[in-house]
This record gives sequence, structure tokens and C-alpha cells, in this order.
Amino acid sequence: MQWNSLVTQLFGPYHGMREDGDFLQGEVIFDGEPVAVIGTTNHAPIGVRLALAQARVVLDTITQHPGRPILLLIDTQGQQLRRRDELLGINRAMAHLGASIDLARRRGHRVIGLVYDQALSGGFITSGLIADACYALPDAEIRVMRIPAMARVTKLPEEKLTALSQSNPVFAPGVQNYVAMGGVRALWRGDLQACLRDALAHTPTEDRRARDGAERGGRRMAAAVVQRVLDAA
Amino acid sequence: MISYAECSARERLALLLDAGSFHEWLPPSERVMSPHLAQLGVPSAFDDGVAVGRATLDGRSVFVAAQEGAFMGGGVGEVHGAKLVGLMQRALRDRPAAVLLLAESGGVRLHEANAGLIAVSEVMRALLDVRAAGIPVLVLIGGANGCFGGMGIVARCADHIVMSDVGRLAMSGPEVIEASHGVDEFDSRDRALVWRTTGGKHRWLTGDCDALVEDDVAAFRAAAIAAIGESKPFTPAALEQEHALLTKRLHALDTTDTTDRDEAALLWSALGIADARQVPELSVEAVRALRTA
Repeated sequence: MQWNSLVTQLFGPYHGMREDGDFLQGEVIFDGEPVAVIGTTNHAPIGVRLALAQARVVLDTITQHPGRPILLLIDTQGQQLRRRDELLGINRAMAHLGASIDLARRRGHRVIGLVYDQALSGGFITSGLIADACYALPDAEIRVMRIPAMARVTKLPEEKLTALSQSNPVFAPGVQNYVAMGGVRALWRGDLQACLRDALAHTPTEDRRARDGAERGGRRMAAAVVQRVLDAA
Repeated sequence: MISYAECSARERLALLLDAGSFHEWLPPSERVMSPHLAQLGVPSAFDDGVAVGRATLDGRSVFVAAQEGAFMGGGVGEVHGAKLVGLMQRALRDRPAAVLLLAESGGVRLHEANAGLIAVSEVMRALLDVRAAGIPVLVLIGGANGCFGGMGIVARCADHIVMSDVGRLAMSGPEVIEASHGVDEFDSRDRALVWRTTGGKHRWLTGDCDALVEDDVAAFRAAAIAAIGESKPFTPAALEQEHALLTKRLHALDTTDTTDRDEAALLWSALGIADARQVPELSVEAVRALRTA
């Protein structure tokens, strides 16, 4: 879905969101209360510059608007794959963005992630995946890599991976698989305003993803292994 | 002098911690293994490539994890990630003096990539919980596989990073960047360029690591002991300072013509390092003395 269409559905035609290159930002009113919206578009690669732009808004929201909810709109092809970004410490800039979002959560801001187009790997890990919880639209795409690329890297037959992916969500892309594994809390269908209202009211602040993955059958071992480490003699 | 890079994860634990003090949780004998690798018919490890447990370091109680680079490049899968999360949660409950992460990882394990991606973000959140509780998290980087991908981000979420000059810390590996944007963007076979871009000396000069040591287990141990009490909780002020540093660095090369010039040396010069072009030839001790802030 186009970001403009999405925010119009969520916040009406006079939403006031601005697009600056691949970067989206706005202070919208939802149910009479202000919400800070931060996002990317055009399948943006997240490099140092875009990571810092997002962190800036998060930090400003913490200092200027304590407690204001933050909505992260995600559309990224992953991290910027450039030598200059590596030289400049892209991992440190990503960690800074993640730490900023984490601090916002600790200071009582609800932070909701929404994958409205696509979310890949490094562009996703310090946005939607570090929010209180991440949601997705049914048509969105989430992956680390597609099956043909995975077959090349792992040197396993593509047919085998395709067959296994029918029963194991760990092997194949797709938002439904991320729901099954607990990485996405739920898909937003139908009335998007109702979905956001529900998310702002009911999203847990603790990390439930491993337990969700176990209950939904998509990631059966993670929660149990965590518990075994806690219980080990 | 024993090379840290050449040790296995378990050899590092044995040599770095107080002798005989490491007590492992979910040891290989319990065979807590990846269900996904088994499905793929790929060889598994009895510990899924990471050892976690408690130990003492210079007499103080620490929790520790060590990733085994020889098993799938230290890649994080569902079980591997869950062991790290369990260690962090246990640290939050039991409050050791510090948590040590002997990181060696290419990031998400691509054989179980979806689960690995979620797992790395769970590790990140669990680590930030530990750090927020005032328990310092130390990351040690000196293995042959470096610390890449999501683990490169996890490392930068910690309180303190110790690196050797042969250690590498980054996000995307040079091979991935070369495959994506060509050999002119990043020649992955140019070892000197790879180390100038991701290696320990570079990370020291930019402040991306907090201690630079020789490739020596005893040096890592000494650096870890020195850092054990250094908790640095995230505050708005600390994050503003970090933001200013990264913004300044982002613009450090903006007005410089870098065509056919070494960008690493130009960046070091911009950061105030004298004789920046000599850095790759200098000893660890000499490079250590160069850092200005």
C-alpha cells in the first residue's frame, strides 16, 4: 500500500505527514490525541543517514512530548549495502536508533511498528522488531531472503526448501509466517483505525514474541529454551 | 601469548575466565539442538554453536556466552538466540557483576533466517533490559569470523566493547556488499581495505570499541577485568551525545574529495588523528596512543 493512502485511511486527508526523500515524518491526531509518526518509503535502504533521521525524531519526542505514542511505518529493502556506510559505523547508527526506541518504551511511550509494504533484515531489526510490538498489512512482505537466494547461500536444493516451507514458517518469506513465529503480533485487516486503536490500547510492553511463537506453533523451541536456561542448575 | 582468534569458543572460556570456574547451562550433553537444521539434513551441533553459563572473573560473579565461529560462522538460529536471551533474562533475575559476550558471528543464520532475525531482535531487547538494570554488558570481539549482521548491532548495544586488531565489527560483510554493488564498491579480497573499514584499529580510532588489545587471550582477560564495573545506562543525555557524535562523523567526509583516496585514512584525519596514513602499519600499542577522545 502507498504510504499516503495508508495514513489517509488512518488519520484522514489532512494528516499533515511529510515526505522528505525516502523519509516520512508527521505529528498526527488520532482519536483527539497526538501521535508521532516516523517512517520510510520507496523500499528505502537504511543507511547511517536514515537511521539518524529516525533516531532524531524519537529523541525529540522523548524530550518534547513525554509519553506521546510513536508509530513506525516500515518499508525498507534492508540495510544500505555500501562500503562508506560500513566505514562510518552503520551498525552503531542502527544500534543508536534501536536504543533510542528502547528508551522511549522505557519512558512510557507506546511504540507500535507497522509493516505496510516490505521489511527486510537489517532495516527491520531496529525499527519494527524493537517496538513494543510489530504489526503488518496482509499484502506486506517480510523476509531475510527469498528461497532461490537462500538455496544458493545454503547450497540446498530449492525444491527441498520450498517443500519444507509449506509446513515450517522458518524457511519461507511472508507476513503470515512472521505471525506464526510471533515476530508480528497480528495482521491489520479491514478497519485500520480500529486496528491502531486496539494496538495503542492493548499492545503488551514486555517481549511476548517467543511465547506467541510457541502458542501459535511457528517457533516451537525458543520460549522453552529460554525457560530451560532460567531453570538450569 | 595464546592467540584469541585461533581458540575455539570453549578454549576462550577456559582461558579467559578464572580457571575451572565456568559452569555451563544446557551443555552439549543435553543436546539442545536446532530442529530446523535437522529438517534440512544439515549437520547440527549439540550446543547449537553457543555456550552459556556462569563463572568468575577475577573472583567476581559473571554470566557469559561464547559463540563458536567454526559452527555455521557463529550464525544465530532459533535455539542459539534463545540461549542468549535466557542468559540475559537470568542475569536480570540473579544480578551478576557483569555479562560477557564472546561474540563471533556472521549474524542471522540463513538456514533458519526468519527465526534468526526475530531471535537477534529478542537478544537486543533482553540485552537492553540488562543494561537498563545497571548490570554492565561486555562484548569481546577477536574471532576469525568477526562480529557482523545483527550481532554487529547487538554488540553496539552493550556497555563496553573490547576488540583485537584482527577483530572485525560491522554490519554487512564485504562479500555481500561486493555481490550487491560490485568490486569497485568493495573489493572483498583486498584484506587491507577490509581491515581499514571494519577492523579493530579503525573501530578504536572512531571510538566504536572501548579497548584495543593484542590478539592474546590474556590481554582480553585483562581488558574485561578492567571494564567489569563500568555500567553506562542509556539516558536522554547519553543518546543526545551519541547522536551528535554520529552526525558529526556522517558529515566528516562531506567536503572532502575522496576520489582515488583512502576514505578510512581521510576519516581518521578528520577525527584529528595525526599521520593517519601510517595507521595500518603501526603496532597496537602505537595505535592505542593515537586516539584523541
